[in-house]
Amino acid sequence: MSKKRKSIATVAAAACLLVVCLWFSQRLLMPKYISEIIEGRLIGEYYDNAGGNDVVFVGDCECYENISPITLWEDYGITSYIRGSAQQLIWQSYYLMEETLKYEKPEVFVFNILSMKYGEPQNEAYNRMSIDGMKPSMSKWKNVMASMTEEESALSYVFPLLRYHSRWSEISSEDWRYMFDTKKSFHQGYLMRMDVRPVTTYPSKTPLADYQLPASCYKYLDMMVELCEKNGIKLVLMKAPSIYPVWYDEWDAQIVDYANEHGLLYINFLDKLDEAGIDFNTDTYDNGLHLNTPGSEKLAKYFGKILQDTYGLTDHRSEPETAAVWAEKVKFYNDMKEDQLWELEEYGYLKSYGGRPVESDGSDTDSDAEAQAGAENGADAGGQADAGGQVDAGGQVDAE
Amino acid sequence: MYFTSSIFIAFLAVMFALYYIIPRKAQWVLLLIGSYVFYAWAGLHFLVYVLITTVTTWYSAVRISDRQSQHKRWMKVNKDELTREEKKAAKAVMKKITRRWFLFALLLNLGILAVIKYTNFMIGNINSIFGTGLNFWSIALPMGISFYTFQSMGYLIDVYHGKAEAQRNLGKFALFVSFFPQMVQGPISRYNDLAPSLFGEHKFDSKGIRYGMERVLWGFFKKLVVADRLVVGVKALISTPEQYTGAWVALAMFLYAIQLYADFTGGIDITIGVAQMFGVKLVENFDRPFFSKDTAEYWRRWHISMGSWFRDYIFYPISVCGWMLKLTTWSRKHLGNVIGKRVPVYLAMAVTWFATGIWHGAAWNFIVWGMLNCLVLIISQELTPFYDWFHSKVHVQDKWGWKLFQILRTFILMSSIRILDCYRNVPLTFHQVGTIFTTANLGEVFPGLTGLGMSWADWVIVVIGTLLMLAVSLVQRRGSVREQLDAKPVAVQAALFAVLLYVVLIFGAYGIGFDANQFIYNQF
Repeated sequence: MSKKRKSIATVAAAACLLVVCLWFSQRLLMPKYISEIIEGRLIGEYYDNAGGNDVVFVGDCECYENISPITLWEDYGITSYIRGSAQQLIWQSYYLMEETLKYEKPEVFVFNILSMKYGEPQNEAYNRMSIDGMKPSMSKWKNVMASMTEEESALSYVFPLLRYHSRWSEISSEDWRYMFDTKKSFHQGYLMRMDVRPVTTYPSKTPLADYQLPASCYKYLDMMVELCEKNGIKLVLMKAPSIYPVWYDEWDAQIVDYANEHGLLYINFLDKLDEAGIDFNTDTYDNGLHLNTPGSEKLAKYFGKILQDTYGLTDHRSEPETAAVWAEKVKFYNDMKEDQLWELEEYGYLKSYGGRPVESDGSDTDSDAEAQAGAENGADAGGQADAGGQVDAGGQVDAE
Repeated sequence: MYFTSSIFIAFLAVMFALYYIIPRKAQWVLLLIGSYVFYAWAGLHFLVYVLITTVTTWYSAVRISDRQSQHKRWMKVNKDELTREEKKAAKAVMKKITRRWFLFALLLNLGILAVIKYTNFMIGNINSIFGTGLNFWSIALPMGISFYTFQSMGYLIDVYHGKAEAQRNLGKFALFVSFFPQMVQGPISRYNDLAPSLFGEHKFDSKGIRYGMERVLWGFFKKLVVADRLVVGVKALISTPEQYTGAWVALAMFLYAIQLYADFTGGIDITIGVAQMFGVKLVENFDRPFFSKDTAEYWRRWHISMGSWFRDYIFYPISVCGWMLKLTTWSRKHLGNVIGKRVPVYLAMAVTWFATGIWHGAAWNFIVWGMLNCLVLIISQELTPFYDWFHSKVHVQDKWGWKLFQILRTFILMSSIRILDCYRNVPLTFHQVGTIFTTANLGEVFPGLTGLGMSWADWVIVVIGTLLMLAVSLVQRRGSVREQLDAKPVAVQAALFAVLLYVVLIFGAYGIGFDANQFIYNQF
């Protein structure tokens, strides 16, 4: 081998080694969202369950914390998945819909319309939770370009190391443990919460200067309608029964008009609380921001009937293969329910938010106490970031 | 477009790829287009200022050069027929016309700089002195205005004095004024130094490009790993002066010296490295200044291009101008030879350092900073006989301990003057420095380091980064580090490059969570 070739080979080998080291470092430094802000993993978990869903929900926490896909299966044989993430903005929902079509073609897309109030990119940490989990694709790239706040760089979504490099000083055992693996925590994109914290006060509707929903949101709503029409998919608009943040009648009227104009089904579940049987004394875990699992099951039961009656969705329970797959999902769901009930009984609050409960030892006393205090104060130690709190991508949560 | 931003990296990659693809004759055109894109990125309206400076300086220089050439030709043809008086008269006419163009461009461009940079300073002073309530002028300072104005004026002066040929191609001159790597913080290049490589045709020179990339990477290391990580601690110390007194002020001096060094030399490394990737040779701006043994040496080794600019275009012209020569004669006659010969030199120094101070910023702290430097240099000069006497009695001059003492003394002295740059308030600075001698709180410093917004991990990175910079400076004593590196096996070179890149990517203070810090010297 000539000297020149040798030099080129050496440089190439060093470059390869560098790329490998950077890739390992990226795996290590990216947040794992295991014990905190677990909803950061919602989007990524989809790819293990993609395909075969009749209904796909897109939207923010009002989606992934208000409807139980397992109940839709158990009661109606409807297969469904929630592609939700914290404060998911409408364009993020749109690009997730677009991406979903690469994996499956559901009969119905359901979009939760709360994000219609956000016409501009909002928060880097939420963007990260919505986008980092997506697999590389044009949909992801377009999502990045639509979502970035001023401080963000598109390149850091392609190479997340550029965003998370500074986590080197806070690497934990969790980062090593879940470097190449993750933990299954969700039920078809649903985040389970068995705890109860009833509504104590109802929000007052502070008058707004302007009730017009942003034009940029309508643009993406139009794109959703077009995407669904093009693919022969029904689009349903829903407003989940969360009493926080406030959903104004003026906004609702605009959505009603839009739905009528485009022949879409729109259901505001805040108007259907009694029909769905939702009781805010027992069916919410955070004073009315989100439903807990019993509440989510009630809503799924109510909504499932509407979906089945309106769109004649197939009951798959009689299909052995599908039933076998879903039997495992149901078991995982029921096991987690038991785990959470056990944790509530043992600690008085949820400690691990799913899977097997964390064994308590002396060293955990402080963090347990903090979590307990947080739970009592209305903060959410499990990292429920969308309840008006602010969260950064490094995992810091500031309750607003 | 910050040098440390991803958009600059992308811009550089595109420019670099195109540069070696297009015909070589067009390379300078690409650099010009790129430079204007780079500048317009900061604000399209800022281009107006650069264009005014470019066009007026270029046109005036061409007119000056034309008139000088015309005069030379005329003299050559008619020299035998002209009397001495006629030749003198013809030269005076030529001088009068060229001086008119010279003053037009000089005053216009320095006037623009003065108005934009110093109007609010003047308004502030008028309001303070006369109690008036004049409104401040809301105007943004165009990027690098001090640098490109001084570079252009240096060119104009050189053409006027016949030291440089006027550039007749407006495009090429525009590139000289706006060459993008040096727009952020210099160096202030001389036309004769820069023109040959800037307008030349460049083949793909792998060694030059490699050297350039290595220099850029080293600049990124200094800027991102050391300077931008340290900025948090320095800001904390400076922003709450009532809390951080005594030993904390000494720490601030020390840390700011490291931060400024890493920031400024890092930026210059990137500038020179980027230029080298395009085959353009820029002048060196630093020569391991913290190893200087006295203040004069320090100023010959720190921001060399600025120092030499002030020396050649302000200090020397003032020293030899008509009224200064008259002053020399007068002072020698009235004050005696010993003092009399010093007066004009020190006066020229005072003017030069006043200009240097106010060039750095329109604020009293910069003026005081300049005058203090001047004072230290004068005292140092005056103490020369004492040092000579001392060394004739005590033979320590060649001892390393004495050299180390000199280096530390110069470092501490320069750091204590430089702290004016931090507080930006003259009385406060003097008060804070005074507390070093009146407050005994050294014991608070170490336990309180993490209260400055930097974790222990940050401090470890800063210490290691600083030691690495020191080590490289020591290696530099044996010559160019890159030449020494080039003598090593390829595997060693590649490994070092890869490790340094990895370190910058992981330990650099960039992205969200860190302020995107512009280079400190960009604000001057």
